[in-house]
Amino acid sequence: MKKQSIEELQKICTQLRRDVLRMVHAVQSGHPGAPLGCAEFFVALYFDQLHHNPDFQMDGKGEDLFFLSNGHLSAGWYSVLARSGYFPVEELKTFRKLNSRLQGHPATHEHLPGIRVASGSLGQGLSVAIGTAQAKKLNGDDKLVYLLMGDGELQEGQVWEAAMYAAHYGVDNLIATVDYNGQQIDGPTTKVMDLKNLKAKWEAFGWEVIETKNGNDLKSVIEGLELAKSLTGKGKPVMNLLYTEMGYGVDFMVGTHKWHGSPPNDEQLAKALGQLEETLGDY
Amino acid sequence: MSLDLKFTYTEKKDTRSGFGDGFLEAGRRNPNVVGLCADLIGSLKMGDFQKEFPDRFFQTGIAEANMIGLAAGMAIGGKIPFAGTFANFATGRVYDQIRQSVAYSDKNVKICASHAGLTLGEDGATHQILEDLGMMKMLPHMTVINPCDYNQTKAATLAIAEHEGPVYLRFGRPSWPIFTPADQKFEIGKAWKMIDGKDVTIFATGHLVWEAVVAEAMLRQEGIHAEVINIHTIKPLDEEAILESVKKTGCAVSAEEHQINGGLGDSIAQTLIRHNPAPLEYVGVNDSFGESGTPTQLLEKYGLNAENIVKAAKRALARK
Ligand SMILES: Cc1ncc(C[n+]2csc(CCOP(=O)(O)OP(=O)(O)O)c2C)c(N)n1
Ligand SMILES: [Mg+2]
Repeated sequence: MKKQSIEELQKICTQLRRDVLRMVHAVQSGHPGAPLGCAEFFVALYFDQLHHNPDFQMDGKGEDLFFLSNGHLSAGWYSVLARSGYFPVEELKTFRKLNSRLQGHPATHEHLPGIRVASGSLGQGLSVAIGTAQAKKLNGDDKLVYLLMGDGELQEGQVWEAAMYAAHYGVDNLIATVDYNGQQIDGPTTKVMDLKNLKAKWEAFGWEVIETKNGNDLKSVIEGLELAKSLTGKGKPVMNLLYTEMGYGVDFMVGTHKWHGSPPNDEQLAKALGQLEETLGDY
Repeated sequence: MSLDLKFTYTEKKDTRSGFGDGFLEAGRRNPNVVGLCADLIGSLKMGDFQKEFPDRFFQTGIAEANMIGLAAGMAIGGKIPFAGTFANFATGRVYDQIRQSVAYSDKNVKICASHAGLTLGEDGATHQILEDLGMMKMLPHMTVINPCDYNQTKAATLAIAEHEGPVYLRFGRPSWPIFTPADQKFEIGKAWKMIDGKDVTIFATGHLVWEAVVAEAMLRQEGIHAEVINIHTIKPLDEEAILESVKKTGCAVSAEEHQINGGLGDSIAQTLIRHNPAPLEYVGVNDSFGESGTPTQLLEKYGLNAENIVKAAKRALARK
């Protein structure tokens, strides 16, 4: 894929946000908050960073792979997959409907290109990504494995089993990103279950840790991912703490857990879309 | 009075050794076979594979949830992962991980579960899982296998390496008669009629296949001719073999080292109810946990040995 300018990529972010809002609005269900906050990450990854092949193969040999552990960000992932050519953009309108390949949470069962494992039950994706990264090593494949997970998700014990394991085996072809939005369903993570010093935690587990302080600034996100890539192959798994704002891009949605899993009504949708220019054409 | 057994043995061995030897052989045959184990390499008999293929073996530490996810990931990368731990930790502890990352995602992962059932013995009920077959057979996409002795376990291990899709392979700890042939071909989903009979069918799985062989000889002394069918594959169930046999005998007994609820007997009952209702008696654990003891003592106390199969067969016959 030819590299696009920041301005062009920015347009995709805006369109992704429109897609997400229209998708969850259409079925009056789903999770808008976190995908809005991760738009820059999704676009930076799929349109700038990943060496990937939209001609989808499950084993992903010879290409970078991405796993979404926090499966409730499905609307954002489906949008970026469609917009980067994995399946027709039109298909976004089937999201969460009967007989759709775009299940509420990502699944392999319906054979949607781009998805290699189901997610939705939190805490499992890091393990899968590590296993795939190790398989890449066994296959002599020098491409990378990327993963996104939530910050609340880090409360799951399995994540730390996986963290320990990846460092022990020096799984250094892996870049894990945490959507560090400080929010989860019941409120801010500091109130629900304080994650305290995440950087120190991952470092203590033996990871190389970088912080992307402005996860809603496209240039910063790309620089963060570039830096992360430069740290691969050095014996340690790489953690990218991506500071984002849940609901970013829509003034009345930003910075609160209230939009974690609530769709906008008609009026709210209209108001939100008024803040997001239609750049690539709505599905 | 000595019994005239249709199958005999000269040697005893644990079924987990059949797994370990089959696993090593599978590794030699196919370089994509890899292993994972959560700090029970010795107990699972995975050490020989680890020694021969250190780069293809992954000690995960005591972290079973992670191990299941890792295995799913390795399967995505084209590997054939065999993930081993005790049956309790291979199922109940990681049910959601198996459900989402392996079964629903249809990954070519082999879940290898040792120390299943009462016969692990002295460790007691915390380790004696009796619900695993039920949990695993309920999962769509999952193949569930419970072989009966060393040779069959080895053959099953080789067979699942060549089978594409998630498999739960259940085996055990105790030293057990080796009464099936070393050179057997293992066909997943194909029941094996071991002994022909006409009065009652005994459907047995796992260690209790041996008890069924003994029970058959005991029944024969009393003039009752039992058919013995080895159901090594709980899912997919060989319904055809079950129906064909019961059509002839008219009644049946199921025998398994598992809860009656959700076990092999349950699956057989479903089959009979739908196609050919016939008396069926269950030999299995009746809604209770196990306890410490020797395998022999436990099979006796919980009603799972040959004597209990004989009694169940007579009950079934009386209901014909
Ligand atoms: C194992 C599991 N437990 C609970 C849930 C329900 N759940 C879905 S999203 C979520 C909050 C996750 O928080 P975070 O990872 O921070 O995601 P964010 O709210 O930022 O999108 C919860 C509890 C789940 N999906 N999986
Ligand atoms: Mg969060």
